[in-house]
Amino acid sequence: MTTQTTTSGETVLDARGVTMRFGGLTAVRGVDLTVNSGEIVGLIGPNGAGKTTFFNCLTGLYIPTEGEVRYKGDVLPPKSFKVTAAGIARTFQNIRLFANMTVLENVLVGRHTRTKEGLWSALLRGPGFHKAERASRDRAMELLEFVGLAEKAGHLARNLPYGEQRKLEIARALASEPGLLLLDEPTAGMNPQETRATEELVFAIRDKGIAVLVIEHDMRFIFNLCDRVAVLVQGEKLVEGDSATVQGDERVVAAYLGEPYEGDPGQDEAAEVEAAEAHATRSHTADTEAEATEAETTEAEAPEAETTEVETAEADAEATTDAAPGKENDR
Amino acid sequence: MTTQTTVPETPSTPAATTPSGLIGGIPPTVARALATGGGILAVVSTFLAWTWTAEFPGDLTVYGYPGGLQVLVLIGGILTTLFALSSYQVKGLRWLTPAGADGALKLAALGTFATAWYTVLAISAKLGGLVNLEPGGWLVAVATLVSVTGAAALPFERPEPEPFDPDDTGWETYRHQVRHGIAILRAAVASGTPTPARRLPAYAEILVIVAAMALGLIVFTYGIGTEYDQLFIGFLITVGFCFAALAKSGLISRISAITARHRVITMAGAFIAAALFPFTQSDDQYATIGVYILIFATVALGLNIVVGLAGLLDLGYVAFLGVGAYTAALVSGSPASPLHVQLPFWASALLGGAVAMVFGVIIGAPTLRLRGDYLAIVTLGFGEIFRVTVLNLDGTSGPDITNGSNGISSIPNLNILGFDFGQEHNILGFTIARFANYFLLMLLITLIVVVVFRRSSDSRIGRAWVAIREDETAALAMGINGFRVKLIAFALGATLAGLAGAVQAHVTYTVTPEQYQFAHVVPPNSAFLLAAVVLGGMGTISGPLVGAALLYLIPAKLQFLGNYQLFAFGLALVLLMRFRPEGLIPNRRRQLEFHEDAEAPTVLSKTGA
Repeated sequence: MTTQTTTSGETVLDARGVTMRFGGLTAVRGVDLTVNSGEIVGLIGPNGAGKTTFFNCLTGLYIPTEGEVRYKGDVLPPKSFKVTAAGIARTFQNIRLFANMTVLENVLVGRHTRTKEGLWSALLRGPGFHKAERASRDRAMELLEFVGLAEKAGHLARNLPYGEQRKLEIARALASEPGLLLLDEPTAGMNPQETRATEELVFAIRDKGIAVLVIEHDMRFIFNLCDRVAVLVQGEKLVEGDSATVQGDERVVAAYLGEPYEGDPGQDEAAEVEAAEAHATRSHTADTEAEATEAETTEAEAPEAETTEVETAEADAEATTDAAPGKENDR
Repeated sequence: MTTQTTVPETPSTPAATTPSGLIGGIPPTVARALATGGGILAVVSTFLAWTWTAEFPGDLTVYGYPGGLQVLVLIGGILTTLFALSSYQVKGLRWLTPAGADGALKLAALGTFATAWYTVLAISAKLGGLVNLEPGGWLVAVATLVSVTGAAALPFERPEPEPFDPDDTGWETYRHQVRHGIAILRAAVASGTPTPARRLPAYAEILVIVAAMALGLIVFTYGIGTEYDQLFIGFLITVGFCFAALAKSGLISRISAITARHRVITMAGAFIAAALFPFTQSDDQYATIGVYILIFATVALGLNIVVGLAGLLDLGYVAFLGVGAYTAALVSGSPASPLHVQLPFWASALLGGAVAMVFGVIIGAPTLRLRGDYLAIVTLGFGEIFRVTVLNLDGTSGPDITNGSNGISSIPNLNILGFDFGQEHNILGFTIARFANYFLLMLLITLIVVVVFRRSSDSRIGRAWVAIREDETAALAMGINGFRVKLIAFALGATLAGLAGAVQAHVTYTVTPEQYQFAHVVPPNSAFLLAAVVLGGMGTISGPLVGAALLYLIPAKLQFLGNYQLFAFGLALVLLMRFRPEGLIPNRRRQLEFHEDAEAPTVLSKTGA
């Protein structure tokens, strides 16, 4: 909300009717989404809504069963490395750095698509090789400086603290010089200061002219950051619009809190289970917040401002559950 | 774990702040004096007779100079004494122990003790009783015992015992105690952080490198030249403990810091040292071992590109060596070859590499889309298919190309620019015979493989390999064409093996199918190649070289193990994987780990298995 810039750029990403089925399960159903250049778009939704699956469809990890994804007018190739070469870079929900490589090497790997030196060049070591290698290193150091990791270039990625690993993942993604950056829960597990720093970082990336599509559970983060927010519920796009629209939409609140609506008795049960689970997870992390959340959950009509609070707490709780191995399959 | 109560293991445990030795009751000053005195006495005793008869090999009956196993004890004793004196802060010896002397002293004393007592017991066992020991034998036993007792009594910082859960079962408590015991042992030989080194002038650093290389050559030559089982076992004990002691003293890390600054000189020095090996030999006997070790090591290094860098578990790698060897044999002009052509060596070597590469691509293209285990199974199958096919191309089951189980025999010796590899040559007064000639040629191939390994690993493609090994999904998302990059690694590895095979065919005179099995008593075979890579250290250059040398020498030297060779080998590998999964020479990436608690991951996750 602090920076509402005009979104008058060309269309960078254009997903039309993306549907993804795994056997009988439809994880994503007919989702349309556009991202224009210079825009930060948020993608939110409760757990299991299909956000990450949709992301994987955009990045070529999955091939959509129906629909198509265009990047700057061209249909995306079905291989993830070709998608990266085309100009879409991503980060992962569970950090997937190359743990036993140094910070600098991680970013250099990100440069892979923008450099051409093959095996022969590496074996013969002509002047071109050294020049390209030096250029890559300089560019990688620039990016590390940009995210604030320059002085840790020689460290192993596995030895970085959590927040810096997230930053390094972003730097690695930026190294492929993307036109669109996809961030999958960039602030999961971060404390408020780190979240704010990430916010600044995302704005800085946008200012470089890179469009950003971000999945997040931290509602305050999303509504501060994004020019537009799309809400995905049970694989379908529920609402799309600016922060105020989405926050004001009753269906969104219902989807998040599991408010029972007519003709759906199962919903009620699900909400109970979710509340119980959330309580169990939170009990040893953030007691006070958990209490607040629970109090809120029982109230049917929660005011908007408070809803945001609830989501924040929920996001925190999810950050802890993210580490669970079951979540791994979600990718 | 949150509910555990902190009950100290035993109430009488001394506070962790008061250092004490493994053996109590000896004041530190006395202990140090004992260790030093024991070391000096051990040195003296090696100049005495240990037994009365020359029946025990090595002739330990002579007063005045050491022989056989005595030399090893002498070296251990000297090292112990030096470390002990260094621990007294004797001027001029402090450079020996930049990371603290006590840990090194303990290991050196233990090594000397082990070698000496092994000798004494071997004498008694062989000659039938302790009566066969001369006073010198008794002296060395007592001296080393005193030395190791003194060293063990040296104080060290004990680790704090972890509080243990009163709800634990007996087994858990036992495990807890064992773990604490291991922690204490580790702490006993722990070394401090090395004091920062004074930067030496460049020429001095190069001298250090030269000295290190010369030492390496001497140790290697000695190991190859050991004539009887006892001496080789003593050699392994001494070298193992001395190396550990030097590592604890901080000397090894200091030298590796120097070599890292002069990488080209180090490499050149290592190859000159290796090339000097045939000149130290009076006959061709040990050059034979040398050339077989080199072939084995070179192929292992090629495999290290595939397994160590790209993380592709290849269980049929020896087949590519076979492809190269058969190709070179077919065009060597051998009378047993159906192709009656004789290509010059450079052409047959290139052809061997090229044909192996083609096979690598043929095998790799369909299988490299698979991940992990599937690839291992397919390559294992390919290895056997190659052997069976070659076996059947004998004129009865198939076309007559390879002579079946008889193989292609009487492959002529190489002749490069008039230099006949089969003849003895006189170079600078040294006689260089057939195997020494091939040793030098093979060394050239090894050099090529080392350069290829180094250059490819430190480049865009090498980083892509490591990235694929670390996390394939993330690597793909970074724009790496995983299949293509893996195929390059696979084909490159195959080419290098084929190149080595072209030389091997000429060295062995004959190529037969059973040289290229999955598992066999004699290396190289796929299982031993993989073992050499894992044992030595994945992703390093020196690792597979050391691993291959050990894996070749140990079966060759310890003939008495007989049928238990493979069993002993398997046991050793299991123990190594349990206690040092990163291999003998760990990768630089592992060394970069600053924190003790961020322990290296298991190796299996690295091989992609």
